[in-house]
Amino acid sequence: MSLADTQKPGLRAWLLTDTPTSRRHARAASLYQAWLSLKGNHMAMLGLGILLALVVIAALASVLAPSDPFIQDLALRLTPPIWQADRDPAIEGYILGSDSLGRDILSRLLYGSRITLYIVTLVALMAPIVGLLVGTIAGYAGGWLDVILMRITDIFLAFPRLILALAFVATLGAGIENAVLAISLTAWPPYARIARAETLTIRNSDYIHAVRLQGAGPMRIITKHIWPLCISSLVVRVTLDMAGIILAAAGLGFLGLGAQPPSPEWGAMISEGRKFILDHWWVATMPGLAIFTVSLAFNLLGDGLRDVLDPKDGKS
Amino acid sequence: MSGIEIEGLNVWFGDYEERVDAVKNAKLSVPKGGSFGLVGESGSGKSTILRAIMGLAPTWSGKIEILDKPVENPRGRDFYRAVQMVFQDPYASLHPRHSVDQVLSETLSLHGFKDIDTRISKLLDDVGLGPSFRFRYPHQLSGGQRQRVAIARALAPEPQILLLDEPTSALDVSVQAEILNLLTDLRAEHKLTYLMVSHDLAVVGHICHDIAVMQLGEIVETLGVEDMRAMRTQHSYTKHLLESSLQSAAG
Repeated sequence: MSLADTQKPGLRAWLLTDTPTSRRHARAASLYQAWLSLKGNHMAMLGLGILLALVVIAALASVLAPSDPFIQDLALRLTPPIWQADRDPAIEGYILGSDSLGRDILSRLLYGSRITLYIVTLVALMAPIVGLLVGTIAGYAGGWLDVILMRITDIFLAFPRLILALAFVATLGAGIENAVLAISLTAWPPYARIARAETLTIRNSDYIHAVRLQGAGPMRIITKHIWPLCISSLVVRVTLDMAGIILAAAGLGFLGLGAQPPSPEWGAMISEGRKFILDHWWVATMPGLAIFTVSLAFNLLGDGLRDVLDPKDGKS
Repeated sequence: MSGIEIEGLNVWFGDYEERVDAVKNAKLSVPKGGSFGLVGESGSGKSTILRAIMGLAPTWSGKIEILDKPVENPRGRDFYRAVQMVFQDPYASLHPRHSVDQVLSETLSLHGFKDIDTRISKLLDDVGLGPSFRFRYPHQLSGGQRQRVAIARALAPEPQILLLDEPTSALDVSVQAEILNLLTDLRAEHKLTYLMVSHDLAVVGHICHDIAVMQLGEIVETLGVEDMRAMRTQHSYTKHLLESSLQSAAG
């Protein structure tokens, strides 16, 4: 599966060397070694595979989808999935059945993967970066700045997450962008906490003293010396949190405060299916399974990344 | 010309009831080009004096003069170009995610050097590491090699004074000798002034011309290394220290 196994052994030796000969070589070698140890974790590779598949599906949704996700056909509403015995064999298409407006659930799921990826990417870009900034500045500066920033963090942490997101969406107005913003606003405090804790352990270490003795200022120390050491634990935390973020987005969608109809957001689809859940189980179950699969994939990958990146155990 | 001149130096941690006086009224003077050793048991405040000079100790009072100029607070870039420090534990003093090349090139660029590539090769050569070490990460180096990198980093700004905080205590004995010889050679080659902290009298005797003995934050005696070898001491603590050192060497 990996590229290097099929390529000539020279490249492998080049990547595994203990004596790199250039900057790029050293970076490639350390990346390759991290990749090798991640590859050894089969569950993490399964998670990574599912997520890569999600990206491909989102990119090719218009090609893969058997029909338009928005086209309604009330005559064929609530068609069961193809393997159900009570389905009229004359009906074509609708592999995973249709919803209450006769839209093809499979197509909606495929298009919905774009929304899921959009939410996940935006939240993953916003929350950890805000948290990293706040946490490292608070941890490195100490004193009153630390007190102010951490008490603000505490205020955010004191609310139940979904309730706070609900309040934000209610203020900002319903919609997918506002849902993303609300989730990010509620997601950053734990990252700030982690980043601050890491910074506190790093800031008094000899290698930080050593670079201070070269006349480096706080900006350089935070961005070039503290961030690289915080990022690995944040990356792990982000992948583990992704499942929660998808669920929060789905939850907001379910409550009607996230994606608005007719957008095929998975949480909103479950919400629509709720009305028919006793007689027509597939309408809510299919998007539920999609959310479950992607959440599980993020969790598996996060576990694997923790084994690779966590500097506290292992050789580094 | 004097290299380091310290008088009435007090360093303390904490305030009020929690105040701990780590260094009390210390006085020492190292001539330019000299090499001076601070000895004493752990906790006697020897490393704290080095940290106070470098500006790493938060609270201090007294006089610190470097090359006949009182130090500014906070220390400026000129200070860091003149004075550098080698830390005790080479496993803690190198950034785990930075390669040797990154460590040295960042140091050189911070000090405004232009010909960074040639200087890095020269520095690695100076500390006895070949060019093959340039792109390695700390976890690919042994303790002695790491300490050589740390010494190269301290030498990068071409300082005149090097503060050595027990540079060999974290290394095993065979490597200790290599590092000590390297330090002796570098001092001769670059005309450096050394202020070295150690609890090992043999190490200090190998490197230094004068030593000061510290006990409980105070310098109890300053003597030449010849006097130390001949056991000509004034203070009972110095005698005790020398005797226990001889015993452990004999045993």
